[in-house]
Amino acid sequence: MIFCGASLVTQFHLAEGIQSFPAALHWIFSNLIPDETAMERLPKILDKLVETALLSVAVTVLAGICAFFFSLLGSGITKIHWSINRLVRIVAAFFRNVPDVVWAMLLMFSFGQNILTGFFALFFTTFGLLTRAFIETIDEVSSNCVEALEATGGRFIHVVFQGILPSSLPSVITWVLYMIETNIRSSTLIGILTATGIGYLFDLYYKRLDFSSASLVVLSIVVLVLVIEGVSNKIRKVIL
Amino acid sequence: MSEKVLQPGTTISLDLEKIMERTGKGKIKIKAKNKSRYALQALMVTLLGLTVVAFATFDYQNIDFAEAVQATLQNIQTVFLEPELTRDTLTSVLYQLLVTFCLGILSTIIGAFFAFFCSLLCARNIASSRMVNGIKSFIAVVRAVPTVLWVLIFAVSAGLGSVAAVVGLTFHSFAYLTKAYAESIEEIEPGIIEALKANGASYWQIVFQAIVPSTITSMVAWTFMRFEINFTNAVAMGAAAGAGGIGFNLFMAGSFYFDLQEMGMLTYIVVIAVVLLEMVSTRIKAYVK
Repeated sequence: MIFCGASLVTQFHLAEGIQSFPAALHWIFSNLIPDETAMERLPKILDKLVETALLSVAVTVLAGICAFFFSLLGSGITKIHWSINRLVRIVAAFFRNVPDVVWAMLLMFSFGQNILTGFFALFFTTFGLLTRAFIETIDEVSSNCVEALEATGGRFIHVVFQGILPSSLPSVITWVLYMIETNIRSSTLIGILTATGIGYLFDLYYKRLDFSSASLVVLSIVVLVLVIEGVSNKIRKVIL
Repeated sequence: MSEKVLQPGTTISLDLEKIMERTGKGKIKIKAKNKSRYALQALMVTLLGLTVVAFATFDYQNIDFAEAVQATLQNIQTVFLEPELTRDTLTSVLYQLLVTFCLGILSTIIGAFFAFFCSLLCARNIASSRMVNGIKSFIAVVRAVPTVLWVLIFAVSAGLGSVAAVVGLTFHSFAYLTKAYAESIEEIEPGIIEALKANGASYWQIVFQAIVPSTITSMVAWTFMRFEINFTNAVAMGAAAGAGGIGFNLFMAGSFYFDLQEMGMLTYIVVIAVVLLEMVSTRIKAYVK
């Protein structure tokens, strides 16, 4: 029933959707094959791809560092006043829930078609998400060792750097690796909106109906994401 | 296995100096040497190094940073402190929100439907391992393509609009849910399936009498979580791929009319919707547990 109601509102027809499937698959296999002109564009695409990968690493690392210290203020364990805890959580929720699309368009006005537009748009959402994740991690992982350190007279700095940081580091890193992967995908979306990076390249080829080059962009993104996923799975196995 | 049994009364001599390791300066080492520690350090150094490289190689196009930041702050102020609907009426915006909501619902339901059957084929405890590996790699490729690209690819054959949006969003939720469902199926106690098999239950009987009842709670939780993600994605798709809904309003306000106040109001509406969904989701998770 929900399904029918939702279909009605969005004017979606299941039959049409299913019908479009074979057509789309056929189209994918006939048009989305990189040809020679596409291969000529490969260096340009790879250039943008590297830029996107570096961007998402830089965003995630920087946001991760900021979020870690911010989440210390938001975690109940550090015993900072509860009003600050609350405030931190609200701020994190704000950054997390404002869609990155909004950030991207907002920054577009002032930064223009610059890589920094994408950088800050991704930074804000990543920061919000990681803060929430880190608060949960810290609360979960380090209550015992914080208690032990405080009992033996450890000060705040000791508690943070000898207790909380080492015990939560593996899951913090796991989150960071996951966010790097996610950010590569989101940066495509933001790239389409703000005309930067790999997303712009796809949009350009797509709108020129140069589908073979566009498909090369898609393939290169797929390869990049799969490589990062593979590497982070390996790392996760070693550190956990 | 031969184990030494300690007789009562024997004293065990523990020479601590033999067990402890000391550093060059004679201090007792308090950190164990192991592979994971080195891996962690190496990884952190690499990530930091890549960040530095990234900032060094970005093409900043000589932007006036201070000015841009100031302009941004001013814009943020307009968007978040003076929100106002100047173009649309509240009812039409709420209707668009409903459209986005429905896009999310549709793609979640269709994705969950296919994901359920696919996950039966790629849970290690009920499927052959060749099948599992094949399907898992297929899923990984589907997941690696960003949602917006799926939507745009389908838009070519189905036309821009709800069909392309739903099908494109479905792809990602399908891949995500398959992985999640397969993981929860793998967590089932092996005894349950074994007992049914021993009684001569058919494959579908095993599925509906053993697997569904014992995984339904976690499946519901995962599905609702995916619905939350799909809702935000649907907003983004409206903006980036013309899929309709409130995302499209946002896109028009931001990129065509440069109407910051309207953008602020729309943002607030989206944020409120997302927060409400999050609250419902926490409730459901608590209820399920």
